[in-house]
Amino acid sequence: MSVKSTAARRPTRGGAKRRGDEPGLVQLLTPEGERVEHSEYSIDLTPEELRGLYRDMVLTRRFDAEAITLQRQGELGLWASLLGQEAAQIGSGRATRPDDYIFPTYREHGVAWTRDVDPLNLLGMFRGVNNGGWDPDENNFHLYTIVIGSQTLHATGYAMGIAKDGADAAVIAYFGDGASSQGDVAEAFTFAAVYNAPVVFFCQNNQWAISEPTEKQSRVPIYQRAAGYGFPGVRVDGNDVLAVLAVTRAALEHARSGQGPMLVEAFTYRMGAHTTTDDPTRYRSDDERVEWATKDPIARLRSYLDRQELAGEEFHAALETEADALAKRVRDGVRNMPNPQTMAIFENAYADGHPLVDEERAQFAAYQAAFADAPEHSEGPAAASGKGH
Amino acid sequence: MSETAPQMAMSKALNESLRKALENDPKVLIMGEDVGKLGGVFRITDGLYKDFGEDRVIDTPLAESGIVGTAIGLALRGYRPVVEIQFDGFVFPAYDQIVTQLAKMHARALGKIKLPVVVRIPYGGGIGAVEHHSESPETLFAHIAGLKVVSPANPSDAYWMLQQAIECDDPVIFFEPKRRYWDKGAVDVGAVPRGLHKAVVVRPGTDLTLAAYGPMVKVCLEAAAAAANEGRDLEVLDLRSLSPIDFDTIQASVEKTRRLVVVHEAPVFYGAGGEIAARITERSFYHLEAPVLRVGGFHVPYPPARLEDEYLPGLDRVLDSVDRALAF
Ligand SMILES: Cc1ncc(C[n+]2csc(CCOP(=O)(O)OP(=O)(O)O)c2C)c(N)n1
Repeated sequence: MSVKSTAARRPTRGGAKRRGDEPGLVQLLTPEGERVEHSEYSIDLTPEELRGLYRDMVLTRRFDAEAITLQRQGELGLWASLLGQEAAQIGSGRATRPDDYIFPTYREHGVAWTRDVDPLNLLGMFRGVNNGGWDPDENNFHLYTIVIGSQTLHATGYAMGIAKDGADAAVIAYFGDGASSQGDVAEAFTFAAVYNAPVVFFCQNNQWAISEPTEKQSRVPIYQRAAGYGFPGVRVDGNDVLAVLAVTRAALEHARSGQGPMLVEAFTYRMGAHTTTDDPTRYRSDDERVEWATKDPIARLRSYLDRQELAGEEFHAALETEADALAKRVRDGVRNMPNPQTMAIFENAYADGHPLVDEERAQFAAYQAAFADAPEHSEGPAAASGKGH
Repeated sequence: MSETAPQMAMSKALNESLRKALENDPKVLIMGEDVGKLGGVFRITDGLYKDFGEDRVIDTPLAESGIVGTAIGLALRGYRPVVEIQFDGFVFPAYDQIVTQLAKMHARALGKIKLPVVVRIPYGGGIGAVEHHSESPETLFAHIAGLKVVSPANPSDAYWMLQQAIECDDPVIFFEPKRRYWDKGAVDVGAVPRGLHKAVVVRPGTDLTLAAYGPMVKVCLEAAAAAANEGRDLEVLDLRSLSPIDFDTIQASVEKTRRLVVVHEAPVFYGAGGEIAARITERSFYHLEAPVLRVGGFHVPYPPARLEDEYLPGLDRVLDSVDRALAF
């Protein structure tokens, strides 16, 4: 296939071609911050609620920025930024009810925020002090999942359990556009459809899977894939928090009311790097980033609030103060996060215990104890070689 | 090795090796996530997309089962795919294809077809990564008949072994010790390479044999240097290959030194060390002055980054086992 014919057959992606009024993209707030109506999805929020969504997004962005800084300062080993995806996350998270259950990837810091998960909990894994570190049942917010796509099956199984129990709740599973290629995701779609499971598949199409654009994953818009499995799919402007809230609410209601799964594709953009180890200049143009900056989800709601005179200077000043306080709490919290005890290695490998682990624990403890004494008493090889080289 | 062999980081040596393979054989393909424009997350394929194009250096969808499964199909069609799995912990979606299909097809076809697929996996810990980015799953592959499993420990072997793996008509699981990617060593591109599965004595000694592969060879060399200060003369073997294992070289070493400690990052339980200990005990029982000891990971999930220095065998744990073996 020549380069030319490849290009000709390639569906267009991102950029200026995808305006809010494009058919198939649900939008309630234009990039300029103007309210528009949609025939199927509507929303009516009080000024208080609108300010609440704005506050959520601003605080989430600030938390994210602080985490990036902490990573640069060596306090975190890695960070996966959500910059640009605040509306997709806050809108969908706020659409859930407390009894709904959420299965995130590793980037859902904004969704976690809407579930009252302490932001510091999210940082332990990125600091390297644990591999998860919270009780998922406390806020019905499952552990972050690093293996791409796995959690969509867990979400589906959980939803199958809800259906078996006859409970009035739903599940929402987050994943990326890249993840949509995984077999696990296809199998999750299959199971969810076959068992009519109350699960919403929420794909944040941020246009990139590390260096690969969405067209390296799919030749049709991702939301259209649902049709092949026999459930509805919808594409929403992922930078429009109102539209995301309205669409996700409807999808969760669809699931809760026994109509089975639904796929929501939030069409958004990852404004930063994939993670702090990534270098996006190697694979994407600056023009694209600049173009998407004009659709910034926070600026969009801000201009609506300003236009409608729903949030005055005091509101913004108070929010700024609150964001500073959050940033400080996160900074101090991370810096004071203790390293785990060495023997924690042996904890929680099994619920009912395992004699081999007990044996290895005892041997290692004895080894460590001998080592601790060594420097004072001996010039042995252990002492001479030093620890933690 | 010639005096003038250039110094090269292991990552660069692997890159040069792939380049050579692409140049030498038009049937060689590179496949994987982000291997194109980005050059892979470790930049092992850097520049290859630019020079060989997207038909030879293929950015695949994010689907490991798909990557290995289609590589099998391409191999059946006469290509020689070299696939990159981004990190150790992400090979498992492809494990089914590797174990149930790739490993067995040659036998099932009565030897009529060949599956020259190389699966490159950056593996092991020591880089402070989050979970699933630091594991040592090599035994899970070495246990499977039909696969060959190798791991270079230095840039020269990285350069040569990867080309040999690509030339091999069997599927090869090629484990790259990711924490050694940035270590430099001499690479003589004009040399005659040694066999892909041959173990090598990287430091001769008389008192005890340390056998290791991949990331632990360097640790064992450091341990041997530290022990030398104590007047102990340790021999260090780089196994290079886990399937097959060059037991003859280990046996010859052990019958000289009479003591063996096997060192790897992977958990000791059901690990490569156990296999080596059992075989060497069978072969050299009357030569051994001490039981074969093993140093490795514990039977626990790979711990978070801040504990990996405690979890991974370092100099001290190796030397502790040396002390124990010598005390028998
Ligand atoms: C099974 C698996 N393969 C590869 C990776 C490495 N990896 C981590 S994130 C990522 C890209 C994910 O892209 P996408 O699903 O679009 O989500 P995004 O990170 O853009 O939100 C890759 C390839 C992984 N974590 N798991």
